[in-house]
Amino acid sequence: MNPKRKQRLLAVTFIVVGVGAAVGLALFALSQNINLFFNPSQIAAGEAPVDQRIRVGGMVVEGSVNRDPNSLAVTFNLTDYNGVVTVAYTGILPDLFREGQGVVTQGRLDTQGIFQADEVLAKHDENYMPPEIQRAVDKAKQAEATN
Amino acid sequence: MWSSFKRWFHQWGSPKWFYERSLVWSRWLGVIALVCIPAGILWGLLFAPEDYQQGNSFRIIYLHVPAAVLAQSCYVLMAAAGFVGLVWKMKVADVVLKSAAPIGASFCFLALFTGAVWGKPTWGTWWVWDARLTSMLILLFLYFGVIALESAIQDAITAGKAAAVLCIVGVVNIPIIKYSVEWWNTLHQPATFKLTEKPAMPMEMWLPLLIMIIGIYAFFGYALFLRSRNEIIERERRTLWVRELVERESAA
Repeated sequence: MNPKRKQRLLAVTFIVVGVGAAVGLALFALSQNINLFFNPSQIAAGEAPVDQRIRVGGMVVEGSVNRDPNSLAVTFNLTDYNGVVTVAYTGILPDLFREGQGVVTQGRLDTQGIFQADEVLAKHDENYMPPEIQRAVDKAKQAEATN
Repeated sequence: MWSSFKRWFHQWGSPKWFYERSLVWSRWLGVIALVCIPAGILWGLLFAPEDYQQGNSFRIIYLHVPAAVLAQSCYVLMAAAGFVGLVWKMKVADVVLKSAAPIGASFCFLALFTGAVWGKPTWGTWWVWDARLTSMLILLFLYFGVIALESAIQDAITAGKAAAVLCIVGVVNIPIIKYSVEWWNTLHQPATFKLTEKPAMPMEMWLPLLIMIIGIYAFFGYALFLRSRNEIIERERRTLWVRELVERESAA
């Protein structure tokens, strides 16, 4: 490789490494702001600001969904298996909203520690399955539970 | 081994060699794309089983994932071409970079668009500013930047240099897109396919997807060779070999 080429190679490598390091540091410094939502355990630890628009994401706890029979109001608990936060929401829930499924909610944390949501988004996981297989899995789980 | 690689590298760096050899390659890639894309689309949309939670709307994966994967690969290819162009001053590298940009931008747009269409029924929103979606949007803007630089600067060599620098700098975004779903909390789910693990999807679902991905890559190769050949002819129009080629073609 001739010296001129080597010089250019070094310059380009320097640019890539330099930009990479700068962006890496910036992202590391901003990581709290890049996270789309707070985890329930962060809320429980008091890391989330009160009465500011934030998002909370987690799994809907099985059996925690309470629907008001006279309105669209609903409350449910979200967990990340470390902490739990109660969410209150009035409106239509997305089709994929169900117990044991991940959701991301947007709203404000009130002073009682209840999250007053004005938007609920369903989060889909990376697993895909045909419905027959899901039924087979459920059946196997049931058989195990009765045994 | 090394010397034969070096020879191969320099041969493909010659516009004339590239022009002559790429015809066969583009034809074969075109045939593969023509077989794989209709097969993958029909299989995926009509015969693959539906998902236990999303029902039929999951089928958009057969367009969304290949488009997203290709948009990222294309940018890496452009950065590699930019690197070769800057260091070795190869004309063909500049040509490839310029020709790839609009194809990559189209697929990037397709990935964002199909993602939004899928997001509405699944998540309940068209768009959310999470790390994956935002970094993908930045990729689209990087593509626009490359295209704009190429067309804003008259001199092909200067334009090639400017675009190459943008590509190399922008390639930092690619690992950010890839790992955004692992580094941060996002609404977008993590990858279903990993090189080291079993896919989180049964075979009758991922096989048509694999065929689609192969088809899309073949189509990309086909389109890239075609566009590059065009660009080479235009840039080399004053050279002897192109003039001879034109005379031969017009005489025939």
